[in-house]
Amino acid sequence: MSQVLGKPLLRKEDPVLLSGRGRYADDLPVPNGTVHAHIIRSPHAHATILRIDASAALAEAGVWAVVTGEDVRRISDPFLIALKPQINQWSLAVERVRYFGEPVALVVADTRYLAEDAAELVQIDYEPLPAVVDLEAARSPSAPLLHPEARTNEISVRRFSYGDPKGAFEGADARVALTLDYPRNSFTPIECYVVVAEYRPHEKSYDVLANFQGPFSTHAVMARALRVPGTKLRLRIPPDSGGSFGIKLSIFPYIVLAALAARITGRPVKWVEDRAEHLAAASSGPNRITEIEAAVRKDGRILALRLDQIEDYGAFLRAPMPGPLYRMHGAVTGAYDIANVEVTNRVVLTNKMPASLIRGFGGPQLYMALERLVQRIAIELHLDPLEVIKRNVIAREKFPYKAAAGALYDSGDYLRAVELAVGNGRLEDLKRRRDVARAAGRPYGIGFAAIVEPGMSNMGYLSTLLTAEARDKPGPKNGAISMATLNIDPLGAVSLTADVTVQGQGHATVLSQIVAEQLGLKVGDITVILELDTLKDEWSIAAGTYSCRFSPGAAVAAHLAAVRMRDKLAEIAAKQLNILPDDVEFADGMIGSRNNPDNALPFGRVAGTAHWSPVMLPEGMPPGLRETAVWSPPGLEPPSSEDRVNTSLTYGFVFDMCGVEIDPLTFEARVDRYVSMHDAGRLLNPLIAMGQMRGSFAQGIAAALYEEFVYDENGAFLSGTFADYLVPTVGEIPPVEILHMETPSPFTPLGAKGIAEGNCMSVPACIANAIADALGVKDVRLPATPRRLHALMAAAEPKRPPPTSRGGR
Amino acid sequence: MRRVNPDERAKIAFWLNGRRVSGEAEPRMLLTDFLRHVLGATGTHVGCEHGICGSCTVLIDGVAQRGCLTLAAQAEERAVTTVESLAGADGALNALQTAFQKHHALQCGFCTPGILMSFTDYFARNPNASEADIRAVLGGHLCRCTGYAGIVEALVEASRSGNPAA
Repeated sequence: MSQVLGKPLLRKEDPVLLSGRGRYADDLPVPNGTVHAHIIRSPHAHATILRIDASAALAEAGVWAVVTGEDVRRISDPFLIALKPQINQWSLAVERVRYFGEPVALVVADTRYLAEDAAELVQIDYEPLPAVVDLEAARSPSAPLLHPEARTNEISVRRFSYGDPKGAFEGADARVALTLDYPRNSFTPIECYVVVAEYRPHEKSYDVLANFQGPFSTHAVMARALRVPGTKLRLRIPPDSGGSFGIKLSIFPYIVLAALAARITGRPVKWVEDRAEHLAAASSGPNRITEIEAAVRKDGRILALRLDQIEDYGAFLRAPMPGPLYRMHGAVTGAYDIANVEVTNRVVLTNKMPASLIRGFGGPQLYMALERLVQRIAIELHLDPLEVIKRNVIAREKFPYKAAAGALYDSGDYLRAVELAVGNGRLEDLKRRRDVARAAGRPYGIGFAAIVEPGMSNMGYLSTLLTAEARDKPGPKNGAISMATLNIDPLGAVSLTADVTVQGQGHATVLSQIVAEQLGLKVGDITVILELDTLKDEWSIAAGTYSCRFSPGAAVAAHLAAVRMRDKLAEIAAKQLNILPDDVEFADGMIGSRNNPDNALPFGRVAGTAHWSPVMLPEGMPPGLRETAVWSPPGLEPPSSEDRVNTSLTYGFVFDMCGVEIDPLTFEARVDRYVSMHDAGRLLNPLIAMGQMRGSFAQGIAAALYEEFVYDENGAFLSGTFADYLVPTVGEIPPVEILHMETPSPFTPLGAKGIAEGNCMSVPACIANAIADALGVKDVRLPATPRRLHALMAAAEPKRPPPTSRGGR
Repeated sequence: MRRVNPDERAKIAFWLNGRRVSGEAEPRMLLTDFLRHVLGATGTHVGCEHGICGSCTVLIDGVAQRGCLTLAAQAEERAVTTVESLAGADGALNALQTAFQKHHALQCGFCTPGILMSFTDYFARNPNASEADIRAVLGGHLCRCTGYAGIVEALVEASRSGNPAA
């Protein structure tokens, strides 16, 4: 019987944050003698660095050093990546720059103001090189090469085939094909990157504070770059972080850079990224061109899929890229029961900022293609798009369902979710609104999207990038390890640490609920400490907060630690109460007999026994109260020899539908009504879950209608301020009706799946479908800005497509 | 008006949340940097330094201002009010803060101080604000976590409580 778990409890994090008492990275005290860094960045998309003359800057009082790529190359190694040929990247540009905003030199001075002054005195001569910005152009044999040693910009091509796609295409009633172009964007946390690094010369070790988000597999990448064992790179994560959304993985090159600067100057070095730097160079989701084709039966049943996915990772491939191409790989068939699939994945480099982690991570790109295709199937076969969805979704009785490319979907009832969402008059209402608008001459369309939301990545998924033979050499990679440690002190006070990084989700509240539930305590009795120290806390490579790993991962580890602690306390209490451990009940701060409420002891008394009176413990029981649980779910196997991979542990479901009206005068797309149905298994805290869905929805709207990193044909960056890169304000976010159902995951003890990424994946596709329906067009580019919609609607005028994140036209 | 050389530090004094404070700064130092790094008042956050995100919003003589577009010297002899002033001495949240917690109007909390300060000013002048008014004012702030829905709910409730900023 659940007491606190599953309840919409208010967040215990809030009073501190609402009072201005948060402890974000830039709020924390720094060591005495800390000096401050400013980064000089490339003004070119592609150029050779001819000369860096720092003498005038170094002559200024208060300037400690000007660190260049040559310094960095001498004392550090390039970052490891998942691919050969090695694409060398250091924490500063070496010999040439490859994107606008690339770090070229680091000026270290007594204050940030002085460092920025001194930066103006550093003379850097460049010889510009031709830049390649468009990803299709980058594949051409005549394209300028970003990394001549790789001899190509298309650095990886992998083809996969599951089932019999060739046969299915040959025998199909029809083929439906579509080409999609997904843009570049980010979710720009309001707090930028912060690093404070110290070097201890006698130990040859680095001690770094940074608002890094994980995954901690990247710790190994940083330690290798610094040429130290992992224990010589102590990484500490502050208690609060001002948002992340995947973006704060990409602080890692700056962690290494600040560490090297600390070693060079002999002083602790602090660097705080500013917004201009963040927009130009922090991190972007990759843009992708997808050619997708379906083999279909006349009734709309999809027999086979063929995808050619070309993804643009910018100037370097950073670990763990090309994740977005492979994180969804096992689930490439989405919510549909499709046995035959052919996939080609291409990794392309261009003169743009490197792409990396971002909420949704490959999902928006995949579902934009898949869900737009499903609509096209309906149109070309003269069917209702909703019918096509219903005819193809995986039937309830097929779960657990093994998808063609290897994902093992844990649970779901997709058809019921769809019917619940369209029911209650919701779809009729949308149709009525559409008919009224159209009768008045206003373009109005209805869109749908049905998507599967993976939770907790298999750490081996990226190795699908390599051939089976290449994978064999280093040995298999797989699994996803979560850890949590529960402590009870001699007075019975309970504290928990876990391997997540705080980004604002409310994990401390949910973890408190999990522990309180087991121990019969109040949520307020549990102290949760989520600042993380790689030398003192429990972690493994999967640690961090990303890819919806909290509910299926760290939360389960905390649950297991609490169960183990409960069992231990029950045994201690049973001996003192003279009852059987199975008869012990934990409730209201007491531990006692289930059958005799008078036979009970205070929680703190029982806990204290383990510290003060080992003599009273059951025979063989170790004293003390500290339990570290490791949750490593079975089922996350390495990619098979046929390249099938179960990319995640849990798979939730989202079904969206919306009505979009396009203003015939301003060409603005207005979301008239939006309904989003979620099945994320069991909800651990519905209030916090709702917050995740609303936030994810807003980011989906941002990607669909507003945000894009834009470059011109020469690679000049055109989205350098928040006046150019349009983050939606309250006025741009429409209301959303969020619905729920729960089919608990049988693969985790808590039954909870991920929930924070689904709408990032579904909303762009759903809105694109509505716009296509409104305008009767096949090709909808996102973000669907008034300028783009005008270009679609005002076909009579000469077309002048605006610059895009592919660069130029 | 006092004249200060551009490359010299000068003493700047004002009232911060009712207390007399002072520190030394170059004339070019931003108010946000002065609050955070000279005075140690880190509740005011810096999100964009070009006046768009609103995280740095503080009150100067009771009026909401972007701290990142204000020089510390411009606060000389004035009353600056920041998020640290809102809760009671015992830590008790005021009506506005309480509504934010109740409606899950914050996640990472980084933009929150700026929003709280904007509405501390706005509600003081407009005790009976409509939802449309509230949305218009909230349009001066960027939040990346919440999608704003909870923030609007919290602000509407605080507005209806009659004394939101107390």
